Amino acid sequence: MQRAKSEATKVAMKVNGKQVDGTVEPRTLLVNFIRDDLGLTGTHVGCDTGHCGACTVMVDGKTSKSCMVLAVQAQGAEILTVEGLAQGDELHPIQEAFWKNHGLQCGFCTPGLLMSGLYLLQRNPDPTDEEIRRGIEGNLCRCTGYVNVVKSVRAAAKSMREGREGGA
Amino acid sequence: MIPKSFDYYAPASLDEAMRLLGEHEEAKVLAGGQSLLPMMKLRLAAPTALVDITKLPGLSYVRDEGGHLAIGALITHDAVEHDRTIKERFTAIHDAVVRIGDQQVRNVGTIGGSACHADPAADLPTALLVLDAQFVIRGREGPRVVPARDFFVDVFATAVGHDEILTEIRLAYPPPRSASAYVKHSLREADFAIAMVGAAVTVGDGDVCIDARIGLGSAGPTPLRATSAEQYLGGKVLDDETIEKAAEMAVEGADPPSDVHGSREYRQEMIKTLTRRSLKLALSRVK
Repeated sequence: MQRAKSEATKVAMKVNGKQVDGTVEPRTLLVNFIRDDLGLTGTHVGCDTGHCGACTVMVDGKTSKSCMVLAVQAQGAEILTVEGLAQGDELHPIQEAFWKNHGLQCGFCTPGLLMSGLYLLQRNPDPTDEEIRRGIEGNLCRCTGYVNVVKSVRAAAKSMREGREGGA
Repeated sequence: MIPKSFDYYAPASLDEAMRLLGEHEEAKVLAGGQSLLPMMKLRLAAPTALVDITKLPGLSYVRDEGGHLAIGALITHDAVEHDRTIKERFTAIHDAVVRIGDQQVRNVGTIGGSACHADPAADLPTALLVLDAQFVIRGREGPRVVPARDFFVDVFATAVGHDEILTEIRLAYPPPRSASAYVKHSLREADFAIAMVGAAVTVGDGDVCIDARIGLGSAGPTPLRATSAEQYLGGKVLDDETIEKAAEMAVEGADPPSDVHGSREYRQEMIKTLTRRSLKLALSRVK
């Protein structure tokens, strides 16, 4: 049994392919562990109440809001954050698509939107605009009005499909 | 925002989980945490211990058990949404689940967690009440089964005792020519609903109502059944006129709150509208 007194406990997980560990209080939120302990500040804290989705990361391949998950709950999990998307200098197709299609303005919500967009495309490689809008409903953007976000996800879907076909 | 300090346990078995709950008077079960953790961050809840059952094996399933469908308490909303049997035979549950929170919440939140949280403004409790779900609760003396009518006791309170754990939800297969629906009204998609209504109907020849069930959420401390409207519909032909009358009757037993999201009067009007819509939607789904 995993057991942790309120003071501090050890956690270990894989973040962006790299094994990491740390010492946290049980009440430490996953987002705080990622940002403050690991120094991965690409994942943002927007509302801190579970509404805005800026803190969205993938936990074992599924998007979740890291301000609504405890770091101890992610013990042994595989986490993907925005820092894990690009390969060196080469942007991930979804990052490339947001860049080319002006899918961001201030960029605060972007790390979360990239995660939600990617999760959608992994399950549904050719979504309709309506499906894209449903896929990103948990991510608030106060700049774009979403039109260019939807356009970006659509473009990413196309380039990811072509990439897969091209690479096959 | 960070919750108050607590001890954290992730037990390896149900027995261990129940023992831990027995030992910690102020403990809460963590079964996804998409309602509990936000409440803890706002310090609306401050348990001294969390018993995290999300990793317990064998409690995440949808299983055909002959007469009924058995749903493991730890199945996520997302998995419920993608279950074909639930979509086809228990459509009110599907309707409710697709509109819970957002994708991230549906990936983590569980059906058992939502049922036990028992927020009268949440989606699943009303849908579960309409379908007369049975709740399997494990206690130290073994399992017991509680019908939905007795499961929801008060705001945030259920029949699950402090050292007990909900393990399964059972839905009896409806007879032929039955269908159900759940509809809600909220100003923004991810908001809690201002009003919500679930309906289930079984009809005979000429749309004569053999059985009608109507459930109301956000209309009192627990989800409610509109019993007088249900009784009125029995034996009647389901048409615009009888459905309208049932909608008016449904609102009589409701006791919706007045708050910043909507006045009592507005909610009463919405209950009427949604009762009409849910009955018509359910009827349109009868095959």
